[in-house]
Amino acid sequence: MKTFSEAARMEASALMERYPTRMAALIPIMFIAQREFGHIDEEAEKVIAELMDISPVSVREVSGFYFMIHKHPPGKYHLQICHNISCTIMAAEKLLTWVKDELGIEDGQRTGDALFSLERVECLGACDLAPVMLVNETLYTNLTLEKFTRIIDALKNGKIPED
Amino acid sequence: MPELKLLSRNFHHPDQRDLQAALNRGAYQQLKRVLAEKTAPEAIIEEVKAAKLRGQGGAGFPAGMKWSFVPKGTDKPKYLCVNGDESEPGTFKDKVILENDPHLLIEGAALCCYAVGIHTAYIYIRGEYHEPQRIVRQAVADAYEAGFLGKNIFDSGFDLDVIVHTGAGAYICGEETALLNSLEGLKGWPRIRPPFPAVKGAFACPTVINNVETLSCVVRILEMGGEAYRKVGTEKDGGTKLFAVSGHVEKPGTYELPMGSSLKELIFDICGGVKGGKKLKAVIPGGSSTPVLKADEVDVTLEFEAMMAAGTMLGSGAAIVLDETVSIPEIFTVTARFYAHESCGQCTQCREGCTWLYKLGLKILGGHGKPADLDLILDLADQMDGKQTVCPLGPACAMPCRAFVQKFRDEFLSLMKS
Ligand SMILES: Cc1cc2nc3c(=O)[nH]c(=O)nc-3n(C[C@H](O)[C@H](O)[C@H](O)COP(=O)(O)O)c2cc1C
Ligand code: SF4
Ligand code: FES
Repeated sequence: MKTFSEAARMEASALMERYPTRMAALIPIMFIAQREFGHIDEEAEKVIAELMDISPVSVREVSGFYFMIHKHPPGKYHLQICHNISCTIMAAEKLLTWVKDELGIEDGQRTGDALFSLERVECLGACDLAPVMLVNETLYTNLTLEKFTRIIDALKNGKIPED
Repeated sequence: MPELKLLSRNFHHPDQRDLQAALNRGAYQQLKRVLAEKTAPEAIIEEVKAAKLRGQGGAGFPAGMKWSFVPKGTDKPKYLCVNGDESEPGTFKDKVILENDPHLLIEGAALCCYAVGIHTAYIYIRGEYHEPQRIVRQAVADAYEAGFLGKNIFDSGFDLDVIVHTGAGAYICGEETALLNSLEGLKGWPRIRPPFPAVKGAFACPTVINNVETLSCVVRILEMGGEAYRKVGTEKDGGTKLFAVSGHVEKPGTYELPMGSSLKELIFDICGGVKGGKKLKAVIPGGSSTPVLKADEVDVTLEFEAMMAAGTMLGSGAAIVLDETVSIPEIFTVTARFYAHESCGQCTQCREGCTWLYKLGLKILGGHGKPADLDLILDLADQMDGKQTVCPLGPACAMPCRAFVQKFRDEFLSLMKS
């Protein structure tokens, strides 16, 4: 059975005190759970529900709605490539094709070694620097195929490059 | 009209996010002044009205008027929600404020709270904005530490709590009532109005919701005086606005211009024209929800009403510039895909309509379209653009999709000849 670490439990308790309703702490607590467990599956939903003293189905309803809540384990490096207008006209599809050909994954998939997962995402609010991608929490901008492959190679070697 | 840096005056200082550096450049002076002088809250609202400050989140609703809708003699708590969800495709101007001058936003939010009698503000920042979240959290912590937030600010007896809250990935949560539900820990379904948030908003209490840029402007309004601020802009749209330009221009980025500036000048002078000397095809002027302008239609002024008269909208002030190489049917399809992905699903017209438009786009791009499909698109757009949806997302998909087909019909037809 999954459990929250002591630090996470304390963080969650403090959050429940911060808002006029306990429910308002749900989304921040889901992010804590995601940090602890990597993704939110049925078991994690139950752990959250137990901790917050709410029903598991109300956790499910909310976790299902938000795209940043992972329902399946992402790769160590979760590639979020923007495919909205400004990135599309700056050749974002080329990057997506490369990922498909070279890493063998499409939207929603993860590589066999669990190193990379891919998600097509909507506008990341960095359109002046298109095309862009987030890798976990790091934004990479003005991606050419050359810059993109350099980033992927660095990640394969365990290095998180600067943008 | 050239650039005019009122709001963005200090954005270029790399240390502006540090409290001490910001203080040296005048941060929190207006808050300190109104608290020391015990300025009447109504007087601040009057300044904001005189400034003709309009909501910068897309709808352009007059900010001072919105504040005056909040009931006065209520024993319920009141809340401010700062809308930093910024997810309208093409838009990145609020991020520039959050990252470069977070104390400007905090001070503006505090001034709004003082004017409306609010003691708790939530700054809702979209989940994907990791770096802006870190910066704003730090700035809020620093402001608490210095006594600019919390209890008895500047010994005035005024209390204000500011809580940074983050989204979890959903464009719809930028819609004000969806934001309220999201803040309350629910899925981001927009609420039926009335009741309006000013009366029954967050946690069923009176709530003001304003965009990051709108609130930041309040500091400058109090520095300059409402009337002087208004005069920078036009009769109905006071002051300046941040414009985010992306796509095929030489110098994409965020630029601050007086309201009433020319879109053509923004693209050709300030942003250096179309990239690589190519020809302009079209401009999506105010974020993906706004109807496209053809190359020969871009000589318009950047004001809410003038843009409406030109058949489009100022929206969030995010211009996406498209050169001659761009396929409009592809942009149509990307646009419809976005709204289909982001529809919350509670209204049939929006849920089904967005997906249907996307599928029609795919069909046409794949070479299987028929001329009758274009009439179907226009018919669907009309049904989605009625008044029957809970929120404006359905119409926000219909309007640009309709304009793409109406203005570039031949390009769609050219994919059908075979
Ligand atoms: C689908 C949709 C998305 C929206 N997204 C945002 C947003 O990301 N940021 C924002 O400030 N306003 C957004 N708005 C507008 C808000 O509903 C609201 O009008 C605004 O936050 C009010 O603040 P303002 O008057 O200061 O502009 C959105 C509206 C709709 C219909
Ligand atoms: S118009 Fe669309 S997004 Fe808005 S409430 Fe209806 S279904 Fe949801
Ligand atoms: S379209 Fe990709 S960041 Fe905005």
